[in-house]
Amino acid sequence: MKSWVESVRRIGFLLLSVVVGLILWQLFTTFSEIPSFIFPKPIEVWTKLITVIENGSLFYHTLVTLQEVIVGLALGLTAAIITGFLLAKSRLVERVLSPYIVASQSIPIVAIAPLLVIWLGPGILSKILTSALIVFFPVLVNTIVGLRSVPCELYDLMRSLQASTWQRIIKLEIPAAMPVFLGGLRIGATLAVIGAVVGEFVGADKGLGFLVNVGRGLYDTALVFVAVFTLVLLALGLYGSVVYLEKHLLSWQKRNGD
Amino acid sequence: MNSANNHPLLEVKDLGVTFTDEKGSLQALIQIDFSIAREQFVCVVGPSGSGKSTLIRVLAGLLKPTSGEVSLDGIPVTEPRPGVGIVFQKANLMPWRSVLRNITLPLEINHIDPEEAASRARDLIDLVGLSGFEDWLPHDLSGGMQQRVAIARSLIRDPDLLLLDEPFGALDALTREKMGTELLRVWRARKKTVIMITHDISEAVFLADRVLAISPQPGNLRLDLTIPLKRPRAEEDRFSPEFVDLTHQLRQAIK
Repeated sequence: MKSWVESVRRIGFLLLSVVVGLILWQLFTTFSEIPSFIFPKPIEVWTKLITVIENGSLFYHTLVTLQEVIVGLALGLTAAIITGFLLAKSRLVERVLSPYIVASQSIPIVAIAPLLVIWLGPGILSKILTSALIVFFPVLVNTIVGLRSVPCELYDLMRSLQASTWQRIIKLEIPAAMPVFLGGLRIGATLAVIGAVVGEFVGADKGLGFLVNVGRGLYDTALVFVAVFTLVLLALGLYGSVVYLEKHLLSWQKRNGD
Repeated sequence: MNSANNHPLLEVKDLGVTFTDEKGSLQALIQIDFSIAREQFVCVVGPSGSGKSTLIRVLAGLLKPTSGEVSLDGIPVTEPRPGVGIVFQKANLMPWRSVLRNITLPLEINHIDPEEAASRARDLIDLVGLSGFEDWLPHDLSGGMQQRVAIARSLIRDPDLLLLDEPFGALDALTREKMGTELLRVWRARKKTVIMITHDISEAVFLADRVLAISPQPGNLRLDLTIPLKRPRAEEDRFSPEFVDLTHQLRQAIK
């Protein structure tokens, strides 16, 4: 009952802030004399939105980007979890791999993206990889930190109970590392969208990043706005899914401030 | 009854543990010899740094001794074995598991049917006085209640030998005494062989059939004292002259 009231209140505040934002935006564009190809009015963006929804292009491009993001995220996650596990378990693997991993992080993703397009072509694969690459590092770090945070007394407990390696992983390491890991996934999920868009910027003929590029080329700023808002929604949706996952998987955690 | 029952359950022969690292080596335990009969309640006392916890880790098979041998039921202990239940200094509960699921963990590892495991856990929850708390999470329990869960968990595989490493060390004095009495009640109900580490001499005398006193650095067995106090024991027994004399003897031994 109380949580129901709470969520209505939360949605209320969200709507309020959106409405206030729209009003400020409308006032700004009305009273300043900025031409709409530089800063469109809300109504122009709305009209553009309806157009691209009706002709199906928004749906098409969103689906492409979504596909890149989901596959990229899954790929980056899988690689990060496996590498993270090896690094957390073996000092030797850590010593051998960590220089490469740290070095790879000092190269901005926009510098790698063209290489990937050259190697893999302008298709969807290069975008999946830019997305996976950008997801990889934060998830990797959190996987390692999470696994290292498992209390050694609980390892003793599992040993004393003659648990197999597999049981130790399933019943101890995964649940114990989960909170820190999900923190990494939160960051990774939003970065996945950025990765895909960066890939699309470098060279693509479809996707929301491509749509932004088209809008920019045609001075169709309203189209850019529509694409950007869709991207924001996409990122929020992913972030929200991770938060939802956290709520369910970590319901055992003591919540502070509740 | 088979012939095995005539042998001691646990035998420790010439046990020594030396820790070595780059800074040098430390002798934690030296020439420890003792054996323990079935269903005996034995306490090991000693000041901090006397290697008590090291001893229990060796008995549990969690640590390999540098020299000597430990055998359980005539078989050398080289790794953790079934038939041994352990209660650690900290309750060591999994914070994401409920009381019930913490207690069933050892059976889950043995692939025992969950229904069966839960019903055995419920019996133990009754025994340790936690009825009604089955679905609680560890961080909502007090320290004493957490240790009760740990005790129930150590009993669920129905072990022959129960090893307790200062299980009440983190509790306040009153809770500690209460838990001691509870432990005796559980021990009477389930008739286990118990080895309990403690630094509290009076607790040891109150609980045990026999107390082993260990001196510090390197840990060495100084006194093997049988406690002739009749059971069941009551809190008032702690003030009897006999009780005071026994604690005095132990105090002298480890000074």
